[in-house]
Amino acid sequence: MFLSMNWISDFVDLSGLNKLDLIHQFSLSTAEVENEIFFKGSDLSGVVVAEIKSVEEHPESKKLHLLKVDAGDDALTDVVCGAPNVKVGMKTAFAKVGAKIGDITIAPRPLAGYTSYGMCCSEAEIGISDDNSGIMEITDDIPNGTDIKEAYEIDDIIFEVDNKSLTNRPDLWGHYGIAREFAALSGRALKPLELDDLTAYNSLPQIDMKIEDPLCQRYSCLQVENIKRNVSPVNMRIRLFYCGMRGINFLADLTNYLMLEMGQPMHAFDSRKVEKIRIKRFDTPFVFQTLDGVDRNIDENTLMICNDNTPVAIAGIMGGLDSEIVEDTTTLTLESATFDSVSIRKSTVRLAHRTDASMRYEKSLDPEMTTVAIGRFVKLLKDYDSEIKVVSSLTDEYAFRYDEITLNFDKAFVNRYTGIEIGNDTIVNTLKSLGFKVTLKNDDFTVVVPSWRATKDVTIKADIIEEITRIYGYDNFDINTTRSPLYPVRTESVKSDEEKIKDILVKKYNLHEVHSYVWAYNEEQKALSIPVEENVKLANATNPNIETIRKSMIPTQLCQVNTNRSYSPSFGIFEIGRVVDGVDENNLCIEKKNLAVTLFSKTETVKDIYFKLRDILAVITDDLKHKELSFRLCEPQHSYEHPVNLNEIILDGEVIGKIGIVHPVVSKKIDKKASIVFAEIDINKFASANNDSIQYSEPSKFPVMNYDLSLEIPENTFFEDLKECWKKLDCEILKGTKIVDTYETEEIHSMTIRFDFASHTRTLSSAEVQEIMDKIIANLNEIGVKLRG
Amino acid sequence: MDDKIKSLRLQLQQELDKTENLVELDAVRVAYLGKKGSITSLMKNMKDLTNEERKEFGKSVNELKNQAAEIIEKKIAELKEKEIQQEINSMPKFDITTPVDLERGSYHPITLVQRQCEAIFRTMGFTVEDYSEVVTDYECFESLNIPKHHPARDMQDTYYLENGQLLKSQTSAAQNAILKKYGKNLIENGVPIKAIFPGRCFRNEATDACHENTFFQMEGVMVDKDISISNLIYFMKTMLSEVFQKDIKVRLRPGFFPFVEPGFELDISCLICGGEGCPSCKHSGWLELCPCGMIHPEVLREGGIDPEKYTGFAFGLGLTRLAMMKYGVKDIRDLNSGNLKALSQFTDDI
Repeated sequence: MFLSMNWISDFVDLSGLNKLDLIHQFSLSTAEVENEIFFKGSDLSGVVVAEIKSVEEHPESKKLHLLKVDAGDDALTDVVCGAPNVKVGMKTAFAKVGAKIGDITIAPRPLAGYTSYGMCCSEAEIGISDDNSGIMEITDDIPNGTDIKEAYEIDDIIFEVDNKSLTNRPDLWGHYGIAREFAALSGRALKPLELDDLTAYNSLPQIDMKIEDPLCQRYSCLQVENIKRNVSPVNMRIRLFYCGMRGINFLADLTNYLMLEMGQPMHAFDSRKVEKIRIKRFDTPFVFQTLDGVDRNIDENTLMICNDNTPVAIAGIMGGLDSEIVEDTTTLTLESATFDSVSIRKSTVRLAHRTDASMRYEKSLDPEMTTVAIGRFVKLLKDYDSEIKVVSSLTDEYAFRYDEITLNFDKAFVNRYTGIEIGNDTIVNTLKSLGFKVTLKNDDFTVVVPSWRATKDVTIKADIIEEITRIYGYDNFDINTTRSPLYPVRTESVKSDEEKIKDILVKKYNLHEVHSYVWAYNEEQKALSIPVEENVKLANATNPNIETIRKSMIPTQLCQVNTNRSYSPSFGIFEIGRVVDGVDENNLCIEKKNLAVTLFSKTETVKDIYFKLRDILAVITDDLKHKELSFRLCEPQHSYEHPVNLNEIILDGEVIGKIGIVHPVVSKKIDKKASIVFAEIDINKFASANNDSIQYSEPSKFPVMNYDLSLEIPENTFFEDLKECWKKLDCEILKGTKIVDTYETEEIHSMTIRFDFASHTRTLSSAEVQEIMDKIIANLNEIGVKLRG
Repeated sequence: MDDKIKSLRLQLQQELDKTENLVELDAVRVAYLGKKGSITSLMKNMKDLTNEERKEFGKSVNELKNQAAEIIEKKIAELKEKEIQQEINSMPKFDITTPVDLERGSYHPITLVQRQCEAIFRTMGFTVEDYSEVVTDYECFESLNIPKHHPARDMQDTYYLENGQLLKSQTSAAQNAILKKYGKNLIENGVPIKAIFPGRCFRNEATDACHENTFFQMEGVMVDKDISISNLIYFMKTMLSEVFQKDIKVRLRPGFFPFVEPGFELDISCLICGGEGCPSCKHSGWLELCPCGMIHPEVLREGGIDPEKYTGFAFGLGLTRLAMMKYGVKDIRDLNSGNLKALSQFTDDI
C-alpha cells in the first residue's frame, strides 16, 4: 500500500520534523516500509500555469499548432505545440525555458521552421497522472505564471508499506490510521476528522434496508442527489494517482479516496436499482456479472447485497454491472458496511478475485467506522460540490457489535515482560496517543481498547506490551542476559550417535553427505526402473512428479548416484533422513529416521565394496556401541535389491536394517560396469542399543603362542559357523583369531586362521595349546570343515 | 723380521685404501687379524727365534696388531660416514609444489551450520531436540494459536497428506511437545525450559533459485519466571555474533505471528557492507533474518504452562538461509540436489 506524506499531514502536523526519519521509525515501530521512497515533484521545476491566448495552424504540419501563451511574463511566449486539445482561453501546465522535467531541461527549440520557447505539458509529463492524450487542462482559477507546484500538491513523499505486515492491523488500511501512528511516534496530536453532521437528516425518510444474514455485521447507507461535479479536484486525483489508483470520475474517485483515507470501502449504487436493500445468501448457485464485466459463479456461501431478490453486489468484494452509477443516474445510494472477515476471505478465494475492498474486509474492519465514513464522505462531497442534497436519513442496522475490551495489568507485569524500566507516564502517554483509554491507580493500569483495535488485534495483556514497547523503540532497550538458574544439559543418544556416524563416514571413509526430498520422484525413479511403492501420498501436491512419500531412502540415493555417475569412478554418499512406513492403527504415519549409505565404483569389485560397506557399519557399531553386528540372509522385497547377498543387519538380536547389492537391472541403467551396494539402517533402533563401553584387557606379560590352521571350507558354510567351533569351548587362554590368508578357486574355498593363545599367569606349554586345538579341529570336522593337506 | 712387519703394515694400508665398503673391509680385517690372518700368523715364526728376539718380536707384532685394529676402526668409521653421505646424496629431490590430493569426504553445509549453532546454544545451556517431519494439524497450527480459518494459515502453503496429517511447515510445530516435555520440570523443580530444535520444513510452493519446498529451520525456546524482551534481544545478538564470528548489530521490528506476542522480525546489520548499504541488502544496510517474539500466552497455556507465572521467548532461525549466506550459495536448489560437484566442497568447518 502506497502512502502519501501530504495526506498524513492533513491529520497530524509534522512540520519541522525529518519525514524520512519518521518513516524509518514507522518501519521499526509499526509496519515494514519498502526501501524505495519516492520524492514526487522533486525532479520538476519551472513549470507554471499559463493561458493559451492564440492558436494558429502550423502552415506545414497538420499536427502542430503555433501558440501564444501567457505565462505570467510581460510579453506572451511563442510556443509550438502538437497536442490535439489546444484552444484559446485554456489554461495548462507550461514548462518555461530553463524548466526541468526529470532529466530534461527545456530550451528554445526549433520545430519545423518555428522556435518554441517552452513546452505545454500533459499530466503524464509532469507526473501527476498517466494521461498523455493531450496537454493538461486546468479549470481552477489560478493566476498565470503561478508555479504549478504552488497551485497543486505535486511535491510529496510517497512510501510503500508491505501489505503482509498489516495483516493484523485493520486500522492501518487508510491514511488516518497511519497518521495516528505518526502522531504517537512524533508526540504530536492527531487531528479529529472533519465530518458532516448526519443527525441533521434525521427527519428525512429511511431507506428500505434489512440485514437478513448474520455474515453482515453492520450496514449503513444514505441517499444523495444533485451531484453536478464529474471530474475530481486535481489534488484529489494526484493523491489517488500517487497511491496507485486511476482517476475514473468524481464519485468513483471519492469512494476510493475515502477508502484510502479511512480504510473503509464504500460503494455507490444507482438508487433506482436498490429500492429494497436486502443482505443475504442464496440457496442455489447462479452467475452474476460484476461491474468489471466479468461473469462470476456465486454459490450458496457467498453473501450478496440485493434489491429484494435481485443481487446487485457481492458483499465486500465488488458491485454489479447492473446497479452501477450511469449517466442518467440522479440519486445515488451510498453503502458503508462491515462483513464477517472469514466469509469475505473465503469468498475471495472461491471467486479468485481479490479487490482493494475485500483485502480490507479480510482484516476485520471496525464496524464503528461505517457511519463515520459516511459523515466524512458527505463532508468532502459538499466541499467539492456545494449543491448536493442528502435525501434520506442515515439508515443503519448494527447487527453485530464487538465487545468492549478492558484490560487490567500492573507495572510489575510490564517490567517482567520487557526486562527494562519504562515509566508510568510513558506507558500512559503512549497508550493514549494510540487511542486507548487509560486509568492509572498507584501501579495498576486499566486500559480500554479503542474499537478500531478491538476487532481481533488487541485482546490480551501481552498485546498491550507490544503497543508500549514498539513506540518506546526496541533500539532503546537495554540488553540483558537472563538470571535463570543453570542445570546440566544432556544430549540424547540419537543426536550424539548421528553426529558421530557422520564424522566416521566423512573422516574415515571419505563419504559425502547429501540431502534429498522426503517424497519419491516418479520420473527419476522410472528412468532407473524403480517403481514408486505404494505409500502415504500428498493430498495437495501441485507437481505431478511428487506425490508419494518414500518408504526407503535407497531409491532416492540411487537417483542421486545416477546424477553423480560421472563425478568420480568411485564414491559413496550417505544421508540421515526420514521415511514413512505406511500408517499405524490410528491412521498416523509411521515415520522413521534412517541412515542410508550407497557406494558406487567402477574400479573396485562388487565384493570389495560390499565388504567395505559391511566394515563401515561394523566400525560404526564398534565405535558407538562396542558391539558386533550380525547378519542374516533375506529375501528381496524391492525391485532394486539383488537377490544374492541381501542381508538383514542385526544388533542385539533386533533387525535394524539391510545391506545388499543393487539389482543389475537398476545398476546397468546407472552404469554398465559399475558396482553399487547399499545399506539402510533405522537410526532410532541403532541408538536405542546400549553402549557396552570399552572392555579393557591387560596385555599378557607372558609370550603369546600362535597356531595357524589352514582350512578347506565347504559351500554354504559361513565364518560364523566356524567361529562357533571355538567359541563354544569358552576357552580363557584363546585371546583372538584372525584370517591371515585366503585362497579361492572355482572348486576350493580355503583360508588360514591364526589363533592367539596367552595366559596372564604363566608361559603356556605347547601341549595344552595342542589339546585345545585338537578340540577345535574336532568341532570343525563335525561341520564338514577339513584341514588342508 | 722387522722388514716383514713393515711390509705387512704397508700392505694393509694399501688394501684398506682400496676398500670401498664394509663387506670388503671385513674381508680385509679377517685376512690380517682373523685367526688365520697374516698378522696373527706372524706368531708362528716365534719358534724360530731366540728368547731375546722373541720378546722383541712379540712386542712388535702386538704393536702391529694394535695399529692394524686402529686403522681398520678408522676405516670403518670412514666408510659408515661415506655410506650415510651416499644415502643422503641418493635421495631424489621432490617437487612439493605439485597438486595436492584433497580426496576426502564432505558434510552437507546444513550439517556444518547446524553444528555451529548447536554448539553455541549448548554452551548457553540449551538442549538440542529432534522432531518428526510428519505432524498433525494440532502440532503445526492449533497448539500455536492458529485456529482454522486464521489468515496465518494462508501465509504458508502446507503440504497435507491423505491421512489428514501434514509435513511440518515450520519448526514451531515442535513447540507444544517441547513445552509439555519439560514443563513439569519447570513447574516442579524450577528448571528453565531451554531448547533448540533444528529440523526440516516443507512449503508447497514452486521452486527457483531463492525458493525451496524443503528447507531447514532452527527453532529455539526459553521459558522461565521472568524471561523478557530484553533477554530475547540478548540471546539473539549473542548467538548471531557467535555464528558469524563478529559483533553483529541486530534490530527488531514488529512482526505478526500468531504464536508470539509481541512478535518481531529480527534484522542484522548487512554482513557484506556492515550497514553502509549495498546491493545484497538492497541498500538498506540490514538483512531480515529471523522471526521471533515472546511466546503467546495461549501457546504457553496449551503447553500446560501458566502464562501468568511464566514468560518465554521463541525464535525461528532459517538454517538454510544462514548456510547460503555463510557460504555464498546462490541457488538454494543445490542443497537438495545431491550434486557432489557442489556438495563435496564442504569438507569441514568448525
